[in-house]
Amino acid sequence: MAELALAIPRRAPPRGTGLWIAPPVLVLAALFLYPLALILRQGLGGDAGALSLAHFGTVLASTEFHHALKNTLVIATTSTIGCLVLGFALSVLLAFTPVPGGRVLARLIDTFIALPTFLVALSFTFIYGSAGILNGSLMQALHVTEPPVDFLYSQWGVILSEITVYTPFVMRPLLAAFSLIEPAQIEVAGSLGARPLRIVTKIILPAALPALVAGGSLCLLLTVNEFGIVLFIGAKDVITLPLLIYDKAIQQFDYTSACVIAVVNVALSLGLYSLYRFVIAYSGGRRAGLV
Amino acid sequence: MVSSLGGAGALAAPPFAAAQGASDAHGIRFDDVSVAYGEQVVLESLTLAVKPGEIVALIGPSGSGKTTALRAVAGFVRPARGRIFIGTRDVTDLAPHARNIGMVVQNYALFPHMRAEENVAFGLRARGAAADLIRERVPECLRMVGMAQYARRYPRELSGGQQQRVAIARALAIRPQVLLLDEPLSALDAQIRRSMLDELAKLHRDLPSLTVLYVTHDQTEALTLADHIGIMRDGKLVAFGDAQSLYRNPPNRFAAEFLGRANLLPVARLATTAAGLARVAFGDVALTARNHHGLADGSDCLLCVRPHDIRLGAAAAGDNALSGTVKSVLWQGDLQSVELDVAGHALRLTCAPMHDVPEPGAALALSFSAVEATLVPESAARG
Repeated sequence: MAELALAIPRRAPPRGTGLWIAPPVLVLAALFLYPLALILRQGLGGDAGALSLAHFGTVLASTEFHHALKNTLVIATTSTIGCLVLGFALSVLLAFTPVPGGRVLARLIDTFIALPTFLVALSFTFIYGSAGILNGSLMQALHVTEPPVDFLYSQWGVILSEITVYTPFVMRPLLAAFSLIEPAQIEVAGSLGARPLRIVTKIILPAALPALVAGGSLCLLLTVNEFGIVLFIGAKDVITLPLLIYDKAIQQFDYTSACVIAVVNVALSLGLYSLYRFVIAYSGGRRAGLV
Repeated sequence: MVSSLGGAGALAAPPFAAAQGASDAHGIRFDDVSVAYGEQVVLESLTLAVKPGEIVALIGPSGSGKTTALRAVAGFVRPARGRIFIGTRDVTDLAPHARNIGMVVQNYALFPHMRAEENVAFGLRARGAAADLIRERVPECLRMVGMAQYARRYPRELSGGQQQRVAIARALAIRPQVLLLDEPLSALDAQIRRSMLDELAKLHRDLPSLTVLYVTHDQTEALTLADHIGIMRDGKLVAFGDAQSLYRNPPNRFAAEFLGRANLLPVARLATTAAGLARVAFGDVALTARNHHGLADGSDCLLCVRPHDIRLGAAAAGDNALSGTVKSVLWQGDLQSVELDVAGHALRLTCAPMHDVPEPGAALALSFSAVEATLVPESAARG
């Protein structure tokens, strides 16, 4: 088979193809690659212009960078796990149990994806904030002067908001994957003696694994780079990499440090994206018999 | 753990055929079962008994309620009325996993991420069977369906027929009290279907105590396999009986037409002649047929005669004689099918391929024996 494949000559691209590719490549370079190159250059050269890794060394060794990196990873990972667990559970309920209005709810998920992320953070301040509905009611009911529910302006507030915003990103591919599972498989599994939990873990979960990985990876990517929610919650001591870039560039006018952190953030995102592609190719490809 | 997994020693260790002894046989009983989806009744007052160790086929057109009846036994639809029993156990309110049934469906429903052997082991694992038992039972079941050499393959690496064999092995591995087959051969091509049909018959010979409810729209499958056949229409059981007698003495028009595409001629019953025979009038022609259903003298009824029971040529003494005009002749390989017009009624006969094929418009003499024709009541009520 391999010999046969080698024997088949590769079809040469039609003449002039390169010319067609050139305009989009140029536009991409101008809009995306050039600004990235400028960021990298600023990070390496600083305001003086001489290229060196000195700025990288300084920024990467700083405590605030370490804190921001740790916060970013902890928030992104926890939020992603939360999205996966909640998204999987909700998707299973919507897809396999006769929930009244389930179809409408599934459609609403698409709408939710379209909303700006900070909107959830804003709505949470109305519900869980110091002067929000929940605390207002509890303070009145318990006759206390301090708000009893005080998690919103912390790392947990950010995580809860991100789980709320990004869970639909897990549910959408999962619901699509679930729609491809033959109902007969689940019925036969039940007839063979499998209880619902076994059916979920042994039949539904393996079938949905590529979708789960895809949704989870997307969540991880988005939560690593999330800026609006973290800024809007305004949690004390919760500084993530995107917020640190904002702080350095806009509030401290330290563009060099901002660019160094931005380069790290881009590298982190690209690394996660590569991992996402690899996992998708592996899990999806193996199931399709391609790997 | 094992004792709570369906009873009757479902996971005991003796060899498969030996374990399927007569004492393990369980029948199925529908007791006035109705199923409705909202306002729409899809199964109406079904009362039916499948005896332990027998195969009962439910046949009927799409939407007749046959699959709903099977799904009610499996626990996938809940009856609005009536009770379902497996053996002496009322399973109406039990969850599917607690019913101890094996099920095989049209599209196999193998778990695609599991190898053939893992598919077969699934039910045993779900019931908490010991590893030793699984190691013993899985190859045994795969051998039984001739799939031992494909144990390590994934479903996508198997043909349709092979997948269906694995699905059967998977259903049998748990030693179910009853086996439910929902159009198991429909997705296979004709040649493999015939071969699988033979193998299902052999399987039941090997496991004589296995009770099987077989749903199909294919009368050949039903006639080949079933001890009894139930014919369904519009959610109702319109005929039930042992395969041969239902074929030879259909209780109503629908049963006669659905099972074997019988010719039905409107006749008036005149009088009883010899034991079990009656004289009838088909227009001006007097005919004789069996009166299996004991129709009263003078009643209007249908004379049912199978296409292969009609002969071309003059009638022998005592046989019924008719004449007709050829409308069309179809060659079907091993058979010749002749469509005729007999006194304004369509009649079809099949015979061995002819050398001198009659032309459309030709007049032909026909005959059939009185014992090969039977009278059917005109009403569609269950006989």
